Parts: sequence; C-alpha cells; structure tokens
Amino acid sequence: MISMQHKQGVNRRRFLADSTRLASGMLLFALGLGLYARKVESLPAIALRPPGAGGEKDFLGACIRCGLCVRDCPYDTLKLATPEEDVASGTPWFEARKIPCEMCEDIPCVKACPTGALDKTLLDIDEARMGLAVLMDQETCLNYLGLRCDVCYRVCPLIGKAITLEPQHNPRSGKHALFIPVVHSEACTGCGKCEHACVLDEAAIKVLPERLAKGVLGRHYRLGWEEKEKAGHSLVAPDTEHRFNLPGQMKYDYEGEGLMRKQPADSPFSDNPLDTLNQRAGGGS
Amino acid sequence: MKRFADVGKAAVTSKGWLPAHKWLLLRRSSQLSILILFLLGPWFGIWVVKGNLASSLTLEVLPLSDPYVVLQSMLAGHLPESTALLGAVVVLLFYLLMGGRAYCSWVCPLNIVTDTASWLRRRIGIKGGSRISRQTRYWLLAVTLLLALFSGTIMWELINPVSQLHRGLLFGMGFGWAVIAAVFLFDLFISRNGWCGHLCPVGAFYSLPGLLSILRVSAVSRERCDDCMDCFVVCPEQQVIRPALKGAENNIGPVILSPNCTNCGRCIDVCAQNVFQFGTRFHNSTNSSNTHLMVGHNKEVIS
Amino acid sequence: MKITRRDFIKTNAIAATAAAAGVTLPGVKQALAKSGDMKIRWDKAPCRFCGTGCSVLVGTKDGRVVATQGDPDAPVNRGLNCIKGYFLSKIMYGKDRLTKPLLRMKNGKYDKNGDFTPISWDKAFDIMAEKWKETLKKKGPTAVGMFGSGQWTVWEGYAASKLMKAGFRSNNIDPNARHCMASAVGAFMRGFGSDEPMGCYDDLEHADVFVLWGSNMAEMHPILWSRLSDTRLTKEGCEVHVLSTYKHRCFDLADNGMVFVPQTDLAILNFIANYIIQNKAYDKAFIDKHVNFTKTPTDIGYGLRPDHPLEKKKTGKGGKLSKISFDEYAKSVSKYTLEYASELSGVPQEQLLRLAKVYADPKKKVASYWTMGFNQHTRGVWVNGLLYNVHLLMGKISEPGNSPFSLTGQPSACGTAREVGTFAHRLPADLVVKKKAHRDFAEKIWKLPEGLIPAKPGYHAVLQNRMLKDGKLNAYWVMCNNNMQAAANMNEETYPGYRNPENFIVVSDPYPTVTAQAADLILPTAMWTEKEGAYGNAERRTQFWRQQVKAPGEAKSDLWQLMEFSKRFKAEEVWPAELLAKKPEYRGKTLYAILFENGQVNKYPKQQVTDGAGNVYDNDEMEHFGFYVQKGLFEEYRLFGTQGPKKGHDLGEFDAYHKARGMRWPVVNGKETLWRYREGYDPFVKKGEGVKFYGKKDGRANIIFAPYEPPAESPDNEYDLWLSTGRVLEHWHSGSMTRRVPELYRAFPDAVVFMHPNDAKKRGLRRGMVAKLISRRGEITLRVETRGRNRPPEGLVFVPWFDAGRLVNKVTLDATDPLSKETDYKKCAVKVIKA
Repeated sequence: MISMQHKQGVNRRRFLADSTRLASGMLLFALGLGLYARKVESLPAIALRPPGAGGEKDFLGACIRCGLCVRDCPYDTLKLATPEEDVASGTPWFEARKIPCEMCEDIPCVKACPTGALDKTLLDIDEARMGLAVLMDQETCLNYLGLRCDVCYRVCPLIGKAITLEPQHNPRSGKHALFIPVVHSEACTGCGKCEHACVLDEAAIKVLPERLAKGVLGRHYRLGWEEKEKAGHSLVAPDTEHRFNLPGQMKYDYEGEGLMRKQPADSPFSDNPLDTLNQRAGGGS
Repeated sequence: MKRFADVGKAAVTSKGWLPAHKWLLLRRSSQLSILILFLLGPWFGIWVVKGNLASSLTLEVLPLSDPYVVLQSMLAGHLPESTALLGAVVVLLFYLLMGGRAYCSWVCPLNIVTDTASWLRRRIGIKGGSRISRQTRYWLLAVTLLLALFSGTIMWELINPVSQLHRGLLFGMGFGWAVIAAVFLFDLFISRNGWCGHLCPVGAFYSLPGLLSILRVSAVSRERCDDCMDCFVVCPEQQVIRPALKGAENNIGPVILSPNCTNCGRCIDVCAQNVFQFGTRFHNSTNSSNTHLMVGHNKEVIS
Repeated sequence: MKITRRDFIKTNAIAATAAAAGVTLPGVKQALAKSGDMKIRWDKAPCRFCGTGCSVLVGTKDGRVVATQGDPDAPVNRGLNCIKGYFLSKIMYGKDRLTKPLLRMKNGKYDKNGDFTPISWDKAFDIMAEKWKETLKKKGPTAVGMFGSGQWTVWEGYAASKLMKAGFRSNNIDPNARHCMASAVGAFMRGFGSDEPMGCYDDLEHADVFVLWGSNMAEMHPILWSRLSDTRLTKEGCEVHVLSTYKHRCFDLADNGMVFVPQTDLAILNFIANYIIQNKAYDKAFIDKHVNFTKTPTDIGYGLRPDHPLEKKKTGKGGKLSKISFDEYAKSVSKYTLEYASELSGVPQEQLLRLAKVYADPKKKVASYWTMGFNQHTRGVWVNGLLYNVHLLMGKISEPGNSPFSLTGQPSACGTAREVGTFAHRLPADLVVKKKAHRDFAEKIWKLPEGLIPAKPGYHAVLQNRMLKDGKLNAYWVMCNNNMQAAANMNEETYPGYRNPENFIVVSDPYPTVTAQAADLILPTAMWTEKEGAYGNAERRTQFWRQQVKAPGEAKSDLWQLMEFSKRFKAEEVWPAELLAKKPEYRGKTLYAILFENGQVNKYPKQQVTDGAGNVYDNDEMEHFGFYVQKGLFEEYRLFGTQGPKKGHDLGEFDAYHKARGMRWPVVNGKETLWRYREGYDPFVKKGEGVKFYGKKDGRANIIFAPYEPPAESPDNEYDLWLSTGRVLEHWHSGSMTRRVPELYRAFPDAVVFMHPNDAKKRGLRRGMVAKLISRRGEITLRVETRGRNRPPEGLVFVPWFDAGRLVNKVTLDATDPLSKETDYKKCAVKVIKA
C-alpha cells in the first residue's frame, strides 16, 4: 500500500509537473506569437491592401489567406505575403512601386473573396481607399522644379480629380509656369499608379496608408469660408451699411479691394468696337 | 524494435510488393493529385481549382473552405460570407464521412514531409528524443482559438506550417522553406512523429469530426495477429491500434475508433496476416454493443 | 563644395571599405558623386525630340554621355525640360543599339528572304551600289528614292538632297516632315510665298488671347505650354481657347474649350471670317494695302490612289488660285453663319461667338497655335489658310502677340526638311524644282551642268510607298525615321512595298525599328551628339552642337553614310552623256568628288574643334574625309539663302552658331529676326513700308477662300467610330528611342484606345479589357481606356501611335491633302469590338 501511495504521489507530482510545463509552454507560445503578430499588424508603409480591405486589424481577422483575390487579379498586382516579409504571412498585398492597382471596374479581387474580408459592398472602384498618394519630396519632384514631367498626373485614373496640376508662376525662369501636382484625398483611391510611374530613381510621390498620409483638423476649429459656403450665407446677420470719410476722388470697397481711386470714364464708348457697331446697326433699322 | 529493413518485409513476401504498398501509393497519389490540381492553374493556366486549402473554388462552382480557419475568423469577430461558410460545411461533412484526420494523411502536403522524416528516422535508426505529450496539440488548438478570440486576428495563420507549405507551393514560398525545414528536422531528430502526432493543432482540429466519422480502419481479423509489430512501427499514431487490435479480451470491438487514426491504411499494407481493412464504425461487433465500446474507447483516448 | 585630391582619395578609400562591408554611406556617395561631377565636360546641344528646340547641356565623361541638364541660359527653356528631355542622356544607350551593317542573307549571299547577317561596311555599300546601279540602268533615276527626316541634321539633309537631286538626278527624296508639316508649308507658300512662321516664341508672352487649333500643346510642346500657361496666369484678361476633336490636357487651362466634329474646323474658321466681315471689324487699311483675295479650286479629291472611287468622283483639281474681290470673298463666307457653323461642328453657339469675338476685337492680341490637327487633314493647306484669312482680315499678324503660329513636330522640321528643302518638289531656301530659274541657281551653286536637276517633282512620301508596292521604285533608302510604323495604311501599302521582291530596301537607324525589320539592309547609325549637328526649331532658330562622344561599334552618321556611298558612283554611271558633255572635267570622277570635293564643301581644312573653355571635341567625319565637312556643307548651303532668288532666308556664318544658343533667321549682319514682314523687325522691309509680305511679288499676302468639304472617310453603320491618332508626352514619335528608356516605358508602356465610357459600354467593353480596333484596312488589339488623359466624345476614339506592338497605322487610311500630300491621320472610320 505504501508503495501504491508512493506511486500515486509520484504520479500526481509528475502530472502537476507535466501540466505546469505544458501550460507555461503554451503561455510562451501565445506570448511569442502575440508579440510577432503585433509587429506584423503594423503594416509597413509601402504595403497596400486590395480594394475593400478596411482596417488592418479587421482585415487580419477576416482574411483566411486563400489567395483567391490574387488569382483573380488580372494584372498580377496582388501577391500573398511570405513569412519573411513584414506583412502578415499569407495575406494579399501589393507594392505600388512594383505593380500598382489598375482599378478594374468590375473589381474581380473583391468578387473573388469568399469571406468578405474584401468588402463586397464596394461596387464602384472609385470608392476604394487603398491608401493615399502623397507628394513626399518637393525638392526632387520635377514639376516643382519647373520641368514638364507630370507623369503622375497623366497616369492617374482619376486625372483632374485625384491629382490636379495647379499652375503657378515660375519666378526663376520668369516666363514659365510650374505645374504643381496636388493630390485630393476625397478622390484618391491609393491605386499607386502615380508612385509606380514616377520617373525619379526614388519616387517623389508615394502612396501611404491613410493613417500616415492624412492630418486631422482639431474639432475645436472650423474653416469659416467652408462653413459659409455650406450654409449658403453668413452664419451671422449681415452688417448694416458702412459709410466712410473719404476725399472726393476716392472710394472704399468694404468687402473687396479696400481703398480705390474712382475711375473716370476716359471715353463715351465701350471698349469693344462691336458694341458700338452693333448698337448703330440696331439703331438704324 | 525491428530493424528498419525488416518492417513490412513479411507483407511484401506474402502479398507481393504492390499490395503491400497499396494504400501508401493511393495516399501519395491523392496528396499529389490534389497538389497538382492546385498547381495546374499557376503552372499551366488550367484553372480546375483556384485558391488554396484555406479556401478554394473548384471549376468556378464548388467552394471549399478549411473549417478550422473559418472558425478562427469567426472567433476573431468576423462573420464570413456564405461562400466561405458553405465551403467549410462541405468540408466538415466530407470528413465526417471519411474520417477527420483523413485530411492529414490524404490531403495535407506537410504529411509528405513528416512521413519522409519519419521514414528517414527509421532508416538511419535515430532513437529517443524529446518526450512530448500527444495532448499538446489540443492545448495548442485551444490556444490558437483563444488567440483569435482575444486578438481579433487569425494569429495562428502567421506561422501555421501546414498552410504555409501549401500556400508557398502555389503562391511563392519565400522563407517558408525554413519553417518546413524546421518541422522536418524536428521530426527527424527531436521527436518521432513530433509535428503531426503531437503538436499540429490543424490535425487536432480535424480529429474532432473524426469522433463521429463513418469510415474507419478495423482489425477485423485480429485473431490472426502474429505480434510482428510492423503496424506499430509504421503507424504515426501508434496508440490508436492497441485498443482495437488487442481489445478482444476487454470486450472492445476491432474498429479503430480513436479520432487520431488518420485512416492512412499503412497498417493494412504492412500486415502480412491481413488483419486490418477499411470498414465503417458501425461494423464493430464482437461480443458487445457498439455504443458502449465507443464511449469506453473515447475515454481512453482523451486521457 | 571643393574637393581636394587628398579628400578624394580618402573618400574613395572609405567607399571601397564600406562597399566591401556591404554598406553604402550616403555622405561618401554624395562626395564621390560630386568629385565625379568635376570630371564631366559640359557642352550645349538642342534636345533631340520635338520642334520646341529646348537647349540642354550635355555632360560627357570617359567617352559617354553621363548626364544632361536644361540649359539655364537658353531663351526657349531657361533650364527646363519635359520628361523626354530629362532622359536625353539615356536614349543613346539602349541595350539593342545596332553596331554592324546587317544584310538579309542565305547561303552567304543576299537573299530578300534571308536572315539578317552582320557584314562589313564595304560589303554593305557593294551590294547597295550594285542594286542602285542596276536600277538606274534598268529604269532610270525615278526608280531610286530616299525617305529622310525632319530629324536629320541640317547638313545631313543637305547632303542627302544634293546626292539625290544632283547626284542620282532623282527628285524622289521626301522627309517624314511630309507626314507632319507639309500642309503648313503649302499654306505658307500660298499665303505668303515664304515658308515658316512670321512670329517667334516671344509671342507667348505678348499675346492676350491664345487659340489652339488641333494642337495638344500641353503634351506635345510641353515647355511652350508652360510659357503659355504662365502668361495666362500672370496677364490680366488673358484667355485660352482650345479647339479639338476630343478633350485633352489643354482643356484644363481652357477658358473656352470646344470639341468639334472632325473636319468642321473649316466651317468654324469661315464663320469667324464671316463674323468679322458682318460686324465690319476687319482692318480695312491693312487689307487694302497688304492683302489679295483669292479662291482655291474645290472638290479636289483625297489624295488616294487614282482608281479609288473617291478620286474618280472629284470635279476639281489642284490649288491654282484665282483672284476675287473682297465682296466676292464676303459673299463666299456669308454662308457660314453662327447657326450653320454650330450645327455642323456641334460646338454651342455661345462658345463659337466667344471665339469669334476675340479675333474680331482689335484691342486683343491673338496668337493662334496649331500642329497636326490642322496639318494632318485632307484639307490641311486650306485649313491653315483659313486661319491666316482670319488673322489677315484683322491685320493681326507679324507683330508681337499677334501671330498665327504653326508649331512643328520634329526637332528640325524647319531647319532641315523645310529650309534645306528635302522634299520631292523643293530645293534649299524655298526654291522649287519646277521653276527653271531655281534649278539654274542650284546648278550654279552646286557647279553642275545646266539641266541636270529634273524639273518634275519626285514621289512624295505616300506616293513612294505606293510606287514601291507597284514596283516602280526599286532601290530605296530610309534614313533617320521609322516610316513602316509611321505611314498610314501599313497593311495595304507600306509593308507590301518594302517586301516587294523587286525592291531593295536600305534602312539606316540606331535601333532595330519596325522599319528596319522590314528592310533588306540595315545600316547602324550614329545619333544625336555622336556627331556634329544642327537643328532648326519652329521659331526659325538654328542651333548647333559639337560631337560629344563616339558612336558605338561601327555605327556611322547619316552624313558619313551618304558621302561614302557617293564614292561608289562615277559620273558616267549616273548622268547621261549629253549632260556630262557640258562639264567634261567631271568625266571619270565620282559623285563624291563632284558633290563634296567641289572646292566649296571641302574648302575648310581639318581643324581642332574646341569650345570657349578650350575643351577639344571629336569630329569623326572631318577625321575621315580630311576636311571640315559640316562647315563646308553649311557654308555652301548658306549661299542659297544669301544669294538665292528668294529673299529673306539668310543664315549666319557657321562659326557664329557654335558660339550662340541658336539664332533666328533671317540673320543679316549678325542680327536675328524676331518678327518677319514688319518694318523695324525685318531687315527686308524698307522704311515706310510698314508691312510687306515680300515672299510674294506684289508684297501682298493671300486671303484664300476655301469651303467646308467632308472628310475622305466618315463613320457609317458598320465602321461607326472616328479614329484619331497622335502622340503622347512620354514618347517621341514611334517610341524607338523613348521606349528604350525604362522610366518612360513604365510611364506609358503600351498604346491603349481612349474612348468614351458610353461607347465602351455599348460594345460590352470595360476599361482595361482587350478590344479589337478594326477598319477596312486592318485591325489591332489593345486595351480600352475610358479614363485618363484623353477624353474623346461619343463617336470618336483616340489611339497613340508610339507602340511598335500595336501598330495603329495598320488601321489608318492613306488619304492625303491633294495639295500638300500630307496624310490625314486624324480621321478614318473604325469599329471597336471585344477581342
């Protein structure tokens, strides 16, 4: 009996030891995997998700790594991450500089997704937000320098909306315009065509995840002109008429130009001769 | 234990080489054909099956999904769309029929790797190694599910060597080879059948439908057993054989009911006495009723 | 940052260590780059691409062009470039440069169906000379021909023209400028009797209103567009009007953007003239003094083959002008009311009215710019002329800001093709082969027997392809262009012509182009700064450059090729005895001796070519031939301008151009001319004359009435879309150079068909899908683009032609302007279906 008891004691002790070993093993495993996962979750800035992927964390919970989106991408844009990459292993992603998204109108990648990790309610590819293009380096961007590159603008599938060229005077050359590429976040899908096509050795325009690309205005401040436009009128009652003490030949435009000299008419005729001519012709008949 | 060369020798002598390797060959061809079906697309542009074992689309109609990864996704807080759910149900039903861990021996590409490790281990006579509980895999299964539940992401898929290998072969391996090599070396030097038989939570998951699955190996002619031990040597889950094979005196039926039997059929191959054959779980009559046996048997497995 | 020798060695050592350790150190890299920069030799050159004529500085190191920069002191571009110019240094170093002559051979012998096999230059000229001699003997000079280029240097074009017209006595030489500027030339000659614009780029700063007619300046003349845009930005009241058959990037800036139905520009221009007359806004004093009113024959066909049904139907012919009165003119245009013009063109009335008003307003200075929309037009000469009508009616011409300005496509369309006269009907300095006095003058300068230059114009570009196909042109040399890809109706005309077994086709090119692929002999050619050169841009600016590097392998310049080839012919072999009898001293002499060792061309002995900083440059032609070839050719050529029967074509002295960033001709006493035909600006207009169009005998320009006539091919039920073709900013012409620059290739890899989303939808197409573009002549397969830079209206598609993999000229129609013989690449009927 003693030996039985002894054996039972040994067994219990062994069981406890085994269980502790297993439990701590599992804890270590969970901890290690958890830490690794946290690192991977912070998707590197160059990695873009397919259209309709939503937030990275949600995506990592929803994507089962089947690669069906990759298979249905007609341009070989999408690929599945391999373990050494900083992107969650097995998940679909693309690098704009290598192969950008061509923004297929039928969005086959989203259609292919069996789990809805790529949101099937995305029906218009223009509504996709894979990232946001940012003209990162104004010092090397050829258009900022006055050259006529604007390749990013011309390859943009939403040319004139997602990227516009804002002409400015080039004070250095004196007679040329600078065509400044400006990205508009309300239209940019983050397809990456601009980054892909940027002719510089290192692209001056890059597509970043929106969280990195976009500033956020404080809630405590509003843009007066936008609020006024939204309302269609001033948010407060208009002033009563202003009157000023002024010398005779001067005028004061309260809302516009400020102090102005009155323009005396230098001729009784209109600047356009046709006005005069047509008037006469009309008068004669 | 027998010398490597002698294992299965008797079966070859009595049945001939081909019958003594029948299930092994069928199994390998199943594993390879599935892989080839997947590879036809990326390699030759013939798209019979698209995707991978996590989720696939066959002939543009039949969706199949891995219920384990779908479950993780659900635990992570995402309700998958009907396609994935339907695919998972189809797969579950299939394994309920064919034996849960049939996945391991007939489908899983990593099985070829671990089988090779196991074969090589026997061949060069590596003995001993680390003692790991076969229950570890259930712990791991639980941990992976809990991680999904609490992190909201499918964390296990970051490292899962099973999907890594299959995905890698189809979509590009990258450093995935290192993971596969680690599993191989682990099985070769550290623990016999270490991965599939002790750790793999995927196998653990698939063993669950195996609790109820229809198709089973049965030691129908266990009275003919001459204790040559060949079946034990080749079986990746040795513990599952004894109750059925040697259970006559305990009134246990001849069907191997353990959910961890992978239905690989290798025991059928190597048995010169033709003790084993495939059957259903319902033909388990010896002296006692099936239900009783099932319960008793299952208890033993889980302990 | 100054780097001492010691620093240099130190940084080098650090870099080497770092490199061995697999590290790059940014600071070290920069320092090295800078020290490397110190060894770069910089010299000026014009950009190799469009007609804008931007100047660049070319950086050479160890015999290789390693960098370029926009020339900050160049007046055209002030240090700026477009994206093609940014990659200039890379175009010479495509991996597949041709470095050896290649002949189609089978079993060691020439075989039309053989494989290209490297041979020596000697062998290449052997077989070439054999074929030329055989052809001359059998069929005479009209069976040999040459297709040249507005990308030839001035002296290359001059030498080619001389070799063909004086050497082989064949006028079958035409440049690819025929596809580009011929209509503009035709209108300049008819209107003013002298080619090329009266204004210059300074108009871009002086005008109040800009009107673009069929010119996508934003992409095709990028640097000029930035000048125009700057004026629009900085000048109060400045307006930009844009007319095109589809929306392009110029519409971004347009205050009045108009998309009109193809060909109806004829009606719109007549409406503007009508509006000016109806409102009596015209400058009566100006037209009384400086203008003649004329009309041109109508219903003149479409320059197709004579057996084409359209040609059989025509009732008129040619372009002989007949004088009419102002009232007759007014009556002719009176049909073109606002309503009619608007209905025909599809442009809303108020937009047309706004356009007419700016022309009619005497206070607004208007500069009109056009390119291929006007020139590649079956009524190209007419439509050019109709615009001059508007400017002439208002007297808005030949003064700063008031300027009808024809922009050129090619870097030397003006300098070489037009000024040198490498056309089938021309001689240098606006002379023509038809006029005996002109031929006599050329023969005198060239020291040739009288009557040597044939009076009949040769085969023009389109006719050359037809004659090749018909077997009437058998020995053919294509230089400095890619006409297989560029000429319209490739399937039916160009390709069968090149592969006609009766013909021997030689192609000189730096790269294996589509044209080279169809050749029998390929000659590897030096390009751009691998030779000394000169280009003339759209504003009459002649710009020179020195040879910077050696051509790779055995590649030689076009000039070298032409002159070496001329050594293979003796006067007796090419000239009839009666002509030779007039100059017996030429007996037994080679064409080389007669044309190039004539005491003029070889007048300037070998010398060291240096720049102001004392750098020494190669001149491979001078080295080879033993005299300063380029200088000799230029100085001889210059005689046409300074002594020829047409005044106002004076160029400066050779050496002066090497010391200046170009000069705008006429250059008289070292002074350039900015605005022609106006007293004070133009030395040929005498005091008190005010304005004189001295190209015409009576000093008056022609207002030429021409009506609206429909295009050759319009969409119908089966071929239900208009096809317009053109260029893109990223690629130069056929892409033979720019597509070899990876960055430019990436920026616009393959041609797409731009179409309206509704048109795509109707055909079951989506953006990105592959479609077939089919005409009666051929089909190509390409992707659909419904977004992007060009937005055609419903019913029209646009395809760029740069892509050798999608040859849109398999589809286009070879209808030409019967006057200018320039192809209309902007209009034919096609259908688009799912591929």
